[in-house]
Amino acid sequence: MELRSNEFKARAAANLGDAKLQKGLGLIKVKAVVNRANAVAEFGDFEALREAGKAIRNRALADLDLYLERFEREATARGAVVHWAENASEACRIVVAIARENGVKTVAKSKSMVSEEVGLNDTLIEAGVTPIETDLGEYILQINDAEPPSHIVMPVIHKTAEDVADLFHEKHGTPRKTDPAALTREAREILRPKFLSADMGVSGANFLVAETGSTLIVTNEGNGRLCTTLPRLHVALTGIEKVVPTLEDASTLLRLLPRSATGQAITNYVSVHTGPKHIDESDGPQQFHIVLVDNGRSKLLAGEMREMLRCIRCGACMNHCPVYQAVGGHAYGWVYPGPMGNILTPSYVGLENAVALPNAATMCNQCGVVCPVKIPLPDLMRKLREEQMARGLKPWPERAGLALWGWAAQQPALYALGTRIAARFMKWLGGSEKLIHRLPLAAGWTNGRDFPAPEGRTFRELYKARRK
Amino acid sequence: MSSRDAILGRVRSALGRKVSLPDTAAIESYIAAHPVGLQPPRDWEPELRFRARAEALASTVEKVSSLQAVPGAVARYLVVNKLPTGGVCWPSLRKLDWIGAGLGMEDRPARGDDLVGVTGCYCAIAETGTLMLASGPDTPAAASLLPETHIAVVDTARIVPFMEDAWALLRAERGGLPRAVNFVSGPSRTADIEQTVTMGAHGPYRVHIILVG
Ligand code: SF4
Repeated sequence: MELRSNEFKARAAANLGDAKLQKGLGLIKVKAVVNRANAVAEFGDFEALREAGKAIRNRALADLDLYLERFEREATARGAVVHWAENASEACRIVVAIARENGVKTVAKSKSMVSEEVGLNDTLIEAGVTPIETDLGEYILQINDAEPPSHIVMPVIHKTAEDVADLFHEKHGTPRKTDPAALTREAREILRPKFLSADMGVSGANFLVAETGSTLIVTNEGNGRLCTTLPRLHVALTGIEKVVPTLEDASTLLRLLPRSATGQAITNYVSVHTGPKHIDESDGPQQFHIVLVDNGRSKLLAGEMREMLRCIRCGACMNHCPVYQAVGGHAYGWVYPGPMGNILTPSYVGLENAVALPNAATMCNQCGVVCPVKIPLPDLMRKLREEQMARGLKPWPERAGLALWGWAAQQPALYALGTRIAARFMKWLGGSEKLIHRLPLAAGWTNGRDFPAPEGRTFRELYKARRK
Repeated sequence: MSSRDAILGRVRSALGRKVSLPDTAAIESYIAAHPVGLQPPRDWEPELRFRARAEALASTVEKVSSLQAVPGAVARYLVVNKLPTGGVCWPSLRKLDWIGAGLGMEDRPARGDDLVGVTGCYCAIAETGTLMLASGPDTPAAASLLPETHIAVVDTARIVPFMEDAWALLRAERGGLPRAVNFVSGPSRTADIEQTVTMGAHGPYRVHIILVG
């Protein structure tokens, strides 16, 4: 997927004025957030469940090499073929090679963020293979000139039913309809023959079970089941960090994932695949390939961002993020938006290519509070901000300002004088409204909001007065 | 060096394997023990809970007293809902008297245009109102997936409290996992368009559960 994370500011500003996008984003607060809250309350001790989820993911990561080897051994024993991909291009090469060797013409794809991450569709098309996205949201994006998703769970949250109505009318040549149920049926009827004729199914994997060598996927639409049942080949593409030790561990995580993502106690379908079909079975793929993708993950394991590898891709952090809720997923410029993206994008594509992202947060910790595996997202963003300072990646006025402040803070008398002048000046600026509409040197901040004016006296002055 | 070795090499150095040696025995014994994690409190009777949950997920549920009564129940359901009276069933259900109930159920692999699919289930999970289907020659996965209507026959003796109990049952009875285990919790759905829940995305529009017991 094309990387546009350094355009964050411009795209965020544009998105703030996009009425359709704002309508879609507005629904998050009344639907996804409310549904999650209800599901969490209904469960009971969700806090203990989050602790348990965190412990399972930590256990897997602490012995990641051993669990991966065990997974590979079990999967291979059951007849699956396990491939390892260092990076995006190798992952794509592997899938294309499987397709070529087997004369594959069309691929039915179930939603996979890793396939977006490695840019699989473009590579398949270059190789003369036609990928068909079958998740309703991903399908809508694909026929809209391969538009990128704007959310990891609800990929077309930025579109209204009216948009989809226009798109289907134009691309399918059918009478225009706006009812979501009718639109869904139309997509079903167009995609059904494609499922039946596809040579290969590509899915992701929400978890890899080391105990049994199985891949596990969760879906609601059933397209994941079709992609993994009907075509003669199944390729599961996923990150190396997705491994969990046992089926029981997967069950615990399954109590967290759908509740956090959509407020469901369980998704409609949970499918666990172990090996290809047996000779006497009437359905299932003849070949089952599993592609384990690194693409930066082993590097994360070694550093301060290791906790991020616990992520189970539920999307709760973005649903609860005031920045995401305001600017939407496209502003983040890559596959992973919201707080998880603020960490994953710079980690995977380089901090210099996503300078704005670690700063695209208010540090309110809503994300940290809802994360089902307790990733301290704001702490990780703060560490990336420190790295930005250390590597000189911040714009020079910001660095100069902080250097000046750092120096002044070490001169108590001067600091007291400076803050006294500033507090009085800002009080005057705020006038009777007590709101500053424009601050010299900080126009970027005040362009979008007002700064509450201080009362005119500094903390130290007030403290002194009270002591008397 | 192969990519596999390079990736595992980086993982090992990230985990500081030079200083702390990997303890394969520890992970193997953890896997062998596969301890059950956190479950919600079990303050319900499994059959009642299963029923309530399945209905909350938009499945319909009825109960008959014996397997022989299933074809009649299927026929009633289809007629009342003005659905076609023919379709596919699992080979494991071929011995039931479908013809006697006026139904044309064929025990062949499901096709894309089949409208009704009748299956059994390996077991059912009370916690979430979920069917667990285990693939096999007599229990193909597509029969519960391609048709617009899925009817599932569930032996009430096979309703277990939690998903973990279902794994335990599979380990005990089969010694491991079949090719595909599909957990099904109601009709297929999507909320991709304006977060409006719509039934019948790519799988069945309706799931009808017939409890036997
Ligand atoms: S960081 Fe946490 S909340 Fe965000 S997607 Fe990952 S698991 Fe979910």
